[in-house]
Amino acid sequence: MSELRFGADERGFFGNFGGRFMPEALVAALDELTVAWQEAMADPEFTDAFEKILREYAGTPSLLYEAERLSKQVGARILLKREDLNHTGAHKIRNVLGQAMLTKRMGKTRVIAETGAGQHGVASATAAAYFGLDCTVYMGAVDTKRQALNVARMQLLGAKVIPVDSGSATLKDAINEALRDWVASVDHTAYLFGTAAGPHPFPSMVRDFCRGIGDEARQQCLDQYGVLPDAIAACVGGGSNAIGLFTAFLEDDDVAIYGFEAGGDGVETGRHAATIGAGESGVLHGARTYVLQDEDGQTIESHSISAGLDYPGVGPEHSHLSEIGRATYLPVTDAEAMDAMALLSRTEGIIPAVESAHALAGALKIAEQLAAEKGPDATILVNLSGRGDKDMGTAIDWFGLGGTEGETEGDDK
Amino acid sequence: MSAKSAFEKARSENRAALVGYLPAGFPDVDGAIEAIRTMVEAGVDVVEIGLPYSDPVMDGPTIQAAAQQALDGGVRTRDVLRTVEAVAATGVPTLVMTYWNPVERYGVEKFAADLASAGGAGLITPDLTPDSGEEWIAAADRHDLDKVFLVAPSSTDERIAMTTAASRGFVYATAVMGVTGARSTTSDLAGPLVARTKSTTDLPVGVGLGVSNGDQAAEVASYADGVIVGSAFVRTLLDAGADRKAGLAALAALTRDLADGVRRG
Repeated sequence: MSELRFGADERGFFGNFGGRFMPEALVAALDELTVAWQEAMADPEFTDAFEKILREYAGTPSLLYEAERLSKQVGARILLKREDLNHTGAHKIRNVLGQAMLTKRMGKTRVIAETGAGQHGVASATAAAYFGLDCTVYMGAVDTKRQALNVARMQLLGAKVIPVDSGSATLKDAINEALRDWVASVDHTAYLFGTAAGPHPFPSMVRDFCRGIGDEARQQCLDQYGVLPDAIAACVGGGSNAIGLFTAFLEDDDVAIYGFEAGGDGVETGRHAATIGAGESGVLHGARTYVLQDEDGQTIESHSISAGLDYPGVGPEHSHLSEIGRATYLPVTDAEAMDAMALLSRTEGIIPAVESAHALAGALKIAEQLAAEKGPDATILVNLSGRGDKDMGTAIDWFGLGGTEGETEGDDK
Repeated sequence: MSAKSAFEKARSENRAALVGYLPAGFPDVDGAIEAIRTMVEAGVDVVEIGLPYSDPVMDGPTIQAAAQQALDGGVRTRDVLRTVEAVAATGVPTLVMTYWNPVERYGVEKFAADLASAGGAGLITPDLTPDSGEEWIAAADRHDLDKVFLVAPSSTDERIAMTTAASRGFVYATAVMGVTGARSTTSDLAGPLVARTKSTTDLPVGVGLGVSNGDQAAEVASYADGVIVGSAFVRTLLDAGADRKAGLAALAALTRDLADGVRRG
């Protein structure tokens, strides 16, 4: 297959998607970043240092764990890529360490970041603390309330957190505000973009920094079980954990690839974040990709119980993988995700992030058919992209937890 | 009618052109038309009509607030085109300033055709550079429309040359690194940027850097072909609130001050 079936061309296009639709004022910085990233990735000194910090500081490779009790209940073998065990509790640390190292290499002294759930903000604040960089994190005002604990973590790490009130006051507006900062500060500031979206080179660069997830998982699967999985699954908001998992498996034609988007209250209600499933091609935040938009191209507010998936755009490589049919993107509702969160907690003693619970719920949905096709050894590798500690407030509300005795069983509402 | 004609007229009068911006639909569609006509009567030479967009990454709080008010009021792309038609009827070159997605969504060819038939002069595209704008460039050329692209202090000489080569009407120099908004101090980046831009083209160069009064306009007019004012007009209407008559009077007064400024430069 040709080089360009996957990956971007030199202008950052993945087939029809991607590119760079940005103000001229930022083009020089994006060009500078592209050159710095490409040189760094070709420099063994950089890549060795990146591997070292991931291993010694972030705690990778993360485990590949066979969830036997869950598998038994589901009727297919479920393998979990335990990115929740990484330092800071999610896959995001891989991306920020890579970008922060690049920032140092470029001689910049300040980083800015946007965050939805707060995981990328915490990871950015962590990397900034480690590398001695000033750090400002933009976060939708709605999200600062949903994720107050992560706000405190960022502040403790020395970052400045700026709540964003404009627009829908969620992730997309935090990105807008970070871009506004960047256009005025670009000479000394790097934008640590939190997902594999945005203008070239971010989708490709973030994928490069996150692809260790899939590279490790593929090798671990072969080493531990002697086979590749029949299917792999990840949640998709912007899509960094998903592209990080998928990349290593793109050429494995026998491995089915599934991305699970946030279906919110149900795609049919209009209150969701199923960008690929229900959006249409457009331009948002510098890239051509699927976008939730109205007839006039105005962005429609997305809805999800998961702040990290609550984004009306998606990384352009996912749009491309969907269009060429290499990956399948399906919605998972809030209720399905929360059920999966409870199920994993009780069967395996692992509380997943509500984002990751979408991937798990999706895997459960495809398990039956896969087991029917492949038998009981059918194997689904799920990226458990983050841990659920940050989502306890959501869980308390959803399950009615934290009450008095007799009311604390946490049955589904 | 290309915006270039207004710059040439100003040049023949030995002065800079005054380029005025307001978003369509602010405070409502008819209110915006009335406001822009007021600006034209008081001395604006070229009009930029903003197409309100949900994610305006290059705009500061003032224009964001106006665009949000317009969107909350239900403004549609077709209302923007109706605004263009009403303003262009005054005889002043009328451009639309828009983020890219609404045009892509409307259909690039259809937008160009409808803009031309409304009498619009062309488009200013703050998040579309010529190297990403092949489709727009082709449609604009088919419909005889201006393509106003932006240059910035961070632009390399090579990119400035590429940008001016693709532009028609005028070249928009964003002379500060930052979002839109009125500024009390002028930029020392503006003069050098204009000089670098002019070394690549005979097109007029307009400068936008947060000008809000006649003195600032005069200073910019000393080195640029056009003085672009946006946030100060929007701010004037926002400050007037529900009192539209007072708002229009203040808008006319500000326009006269700025129009005087571009004649002193």
